[in-house]
Amino acid sequence: MTVDDRFTGGFRKQGPPAGTRNEIVTGPVSDWATDFSHLEPEWAADPYPIQDDLRARCPIAHTGRFGGGWLPTRYEDVAAIAYDTERFSSRSIIMSNYRPPAETAPVGATPPISSDPPFHHDARKLLLPAFTKKAVARREEATRAFCHSLVDALEGADVVDAARDYAQHIPIRVIADMLGFPPEDGPRFSRFVESALEGVNLPPEERMARMDELFDYLYDQIRDHVDNPRDDLTTYLVEAELYGHKLQPNHVAGTIALLLIAGIDTTWSAIGASLWHLAKTPADRERLVAEPDLLPTAMEELLRAYAPVTMARLVKEDMSWRGADMRADDWVLLSFPAANRDPEQFERAGEVVIDREVNRHVAFGLGIHRCVGSHLARMELRVALEVWLERIPVFGLADPAAVTWAAGQVRGPRTLPLRLGGA
Amino acid sequence: MKVQIDPGRCQGHGRCYDLAPGLFEEDDEGYGRVPGDGAVPPGQEQAARLAAANCPERAVVLTEEA
Repeated sequence: MTVDDRFTGGFRKQGPPAGTRNEIVTGPVSDWATDFSHLEPEWAADPYPIQDDLRARCPIAHTGRFGGGWLPTRYEDVAAIAYDTERFSSRSIIMSNYRPPAETAPVGATPPISSDPPFHHDARKLLLPAFTKKAVARREEATRAFCHSLVDALEGADVVDAARDYAQHIPIRVIADMLGFPPEDGPRFSRFVESALEGVNLPPEERMARMDELFDYLYDQIRDHVDNPRDDLTTYLVEAELYGHKLQPNHVAGTIALLLIAGIDTTWSAIGASLWHLAKTPADRERLVAEPDLLPTAMEELLRAYAPVTMARLVKEDMSWRGADMRADDWVLLSFPAANRDPEQFERAGEVVIDREVNRHVAFGLGIHRCVGSHLARMELRVALEVWLERIPVFGLADPAAVTWAAGQVRGPRTLPLRLGGA
Repeated sequence: MKVQIDPGRCQGHGRCYDLAPGLFEEDDEGYGRVPGDGAVPPGQEQAARLAAANCPERAVVLTEEA
């Protein structure tokens, strides 16, 4: 038997990474149609009026920030770009001030989300069996017990931070279990997530240092799994083969980084946004407490209205696209939240209709990059809301002005003070 | 009424087997599948329509027979 030494060498590349950097531009947006930025506080606090305004008058906004990019706001434009992997690349899916070199495609740094066809299909196929509805159902009992233990810990408090003390912990625990990482490392994961998704406008040296910290951690975990294989996703990826060979070390680490980052922030945001809505909408909360069977339907509506995830693409070649003069390497911010509120696609698009039955929302994306964790996310969201509503049927916003939202491509409450009980 | 899944469009969102588990199932990779010939038993027409209307990829094909 040969020793698996794929992960023993240093992974850090010498010198600055290839690719292009642009000047970082921050500060108030002058006009959302020509200068948008999803990292400014106004967008984080409430992006929907901005998106509605752009959809009505634009509908594809532009910005010179991030080295140039576009923001389609209509459902049909978002769908067309999601399906068009010929003209839009996924080689970077976080709109930032750095574009990886073209040779990064078709694999990208975090396959398969960063991959283009045909590689994408094969990298994705490796992950699919672990994330089917049937596979994730096996985690439901442990997830439910964990949610109960979180509520137990809130006992006696009048006001709790439901984002920090409840929603956040659920996906962290589930993904740590799946990857076989120590549960006590959870607090570090929050920092990794924040660095990756909210640290977009940090100086490049700091952004790189934070990424190195994440990958140092991941390589430590991977080496531990090489030495001590076990029944989890990390060992599965270490042993997986593609085209007759074990995976490249950066493929293993990149996929694990993806599962860790994408598995946490997104579901944390969906749980938090759902509780926020129910806290400020007593009629919906009371109806769900009285009719627990409505929850699966209601959950889809909450996913539509507060879809946490926005993706990005890079334009491959100069082209005119539906009237937009797109240049090679322009970003496209692919706003599933904006698509989900397009009145051309949804009746009463701007309202939460808690029993909406026909709901072709795109919270988990469209096309070949459909969120691989969607069944896991739905299980976590359903169990988190079931347990909360069963244990804490009466709650409201303790201080609406104290609620804070994450900026960037994954949006959800980061501070959510709720007053528990009828007092 | 008959249901089919267009495998060229299905991406495994799973809305069909969530909403109409009597008509659809998931395969080992999470893609939707119609066991049998897709004939919709009496009483399950509404579930079939819901599955079609909620598929984000429009991959569920309904054929209404005369």
